[in-house]
Amino acid sequence: MTLDPSPSQTVGPFFAFGLPFDGGGDVVPPGTAGAISLHGTVRDGAGAPVPDALLEFWQAGPDGRIAARAGSLVRDGRSFTGFARVPTDRSGDYVIRTLRPGPVAGSAEAPHLAVTVFARGLLHHLFTRVYFPNHTEANAADPLLSALPEERAATLMAIPDGWFGGPGYRFDVRLQGPGETVFLDLISEAGAVR
Amino acid sequence: MSPAPPERGRSEQDEVTDAIREAALVAPQRGGHPDRAYAPYRSTALRSPSQPLVVAPASLLEQTAPVFGAKDVAATDADLTVHSTGEPLGERIVVTGRVLDRDGRPVRNQLVEVWQANASGRYAHDGDRHPAPLDPHFTGGGRCLTDDDGRYRFVTIKPGAYPWRNHHNAWRPAHIHFSLFGTAFTQRLVTQMYFPGDQLFALDPIFSSVTDEKAQQRLIARYDHDTTVAEWALGYQWDIVLDGPGATPPDPDEV
Ligand SMILES: [Fe+2]
Repeated sequence: MTLDPSPSQTVGPFFAFGLPFDGGGDVVPPGTAGAISLHGTVRDGAGAPVPDALLEFWQAGPDGRIAARAGSLVRDGRSFTGFARVPTDRSGDYVIRTLRPGPVAGSAEAPHLAVTVFARGLLHHLFTRVYFPNHTEANAADPLLSALPEERAATLMAIPDGWFGGPGYRFDVRLQGPGETVFLDLISEAGAVR
Repeated sequence: MSPAPPERGRSEQDEVTDAIREAALVAPQRGGHPDRAYAPYRSTALRSPSQPLVVAPASLLEQTAPVFGAKDVAATDADLTVHSTGEPLGERIVVTGRVLDRDGRPVRNQLVEVWQANASGRYAHDGDRHPAPLDPHFTGGGRCLTDDDGRYRFVTIKPGAYPWRNHHNAWRPAHIHFSLFGTAFTQRLVTQMYFPGDQLFALDPIFSSVTDEKAQQRLIARYDHDTTVAEWALGYQWDIVLDGPGATPPDPDEV
C-alpha cells in the first residue's frame, strides 16, 4: 500500500502563539560547560530580514549520541533532547544555546545540525544543515560538502564569532539570491522523502 | 431588445483567480506539495529559493526524529475550549484522525500541534489587524500525542474565514493549522486543514497552491456523524499522511 502524502501549506504569519514555546532555543541551560550560541539572520531575496520565520534544529550530543528522550517542550534543565525551535525576531534574528554535536557512529556525514526553515510566504518548509569548521577532515570527506562548489558549501558552515557571553557561531539563512543557502531534497535509499 | 448588462471592471481577485487557473495547468507537483515559487501568493516571490534543491541522502541523524512524551503535553492541551475561565463563542467541534506514513503504518506517540483563528476569524496575535472581535475565552493553540493507532483528537471551535492582504478583497477559507512530526526528521510536515464545501477554495492562492485536485481533497476534512457528539459538538475526520522515509519512488529526473 502506498498512500499519497498530505500536501504542505505555509506556516503563515500567526504561528507565534501556536508553535514557539518557552526555552525553545535552550537546548542546554545557561552556564553549561561547553555551551555555544548559534545565531544568525534569515533574509529574503532582496536581502531584507524575515521577521516571521521559524527554525527547528535537530542534533546529536557532543558524544555523538542521538537522544530519544522526551522533554523538549517542557525542559527539565538537565536532559539533552537535541531539539530546538525558535522564531526569528523583528530583525530576522534567531539564537539557540546548545553543545556542538559529536560524530555519529557509522555516519558518512561530518557532525552537523539538521535544520528546518518555515516562514510566511514559504509554501513548503526547507531543509538545510549546519556544519562546524573545526572538523576539517570529516568535512572534507562529507558526501554533501565535498560534492558542492566551494562557495555553495560555505553557506552550510557556521562561522565562529564569539560574543560577550562566550563562544558563538553565526549561521545566516538566505532564502533566495546572492549567497543563497543550500537547501536539501533529502532522500533515503528507497527514494526521495523530502 | 434589452440593454446589455453594465460591464463590471475586472477586480484584483479576478486577476488572481485567473493566475490560479493558469498555474494549475503546469506539470503536476511531486507528492502533491506546492511549488515554493507560486505567483498568485505574492509573498513567495522573494522567499522561495532560486536554485534547485540539492539532492542528498538523509544522514543517520535525519533518519531519526525528536521524541515527545507525557511530560511535553498536558491532557487539557487537546481541548482548546477549556483554556480559559469561560466557554469560547462559536460552533464547538471535534477534529480527529490518524497520522500515517506512506505505507499506511500509524505514527505512534508523536506530537501534533494546531493553531487557528477564533469563530470570528481573528487570531489572538498582535499582528492580526482584522477588525473582528477577540474572544477572551479562546486562544487557539493546542497539542496532543497520537495514540498507538496513530490517532489524534482535538476539541475546538470552528474557525472563521478571515481577510488578508495578498490582494484586494482576499479571504482565507476557514482552516486549522497543523504541525506534525514523523519518526524521521525528513517527515516533518506543516499544513492546514480545511472544511468541506467552502466557497473560497478556488479564490484562495494558498489552498490553490496545491494544484492537483486529488491532492487538494487531501487537505479537506470530512464531516462524520459518528464523530459528532450528541447535544454537544459536530465531528470532523481528517487523516494525515507523512512523506517517506523511503516510501516515495525515486524521481527519474533527479537520480
Ligand atoms: Fe491561518
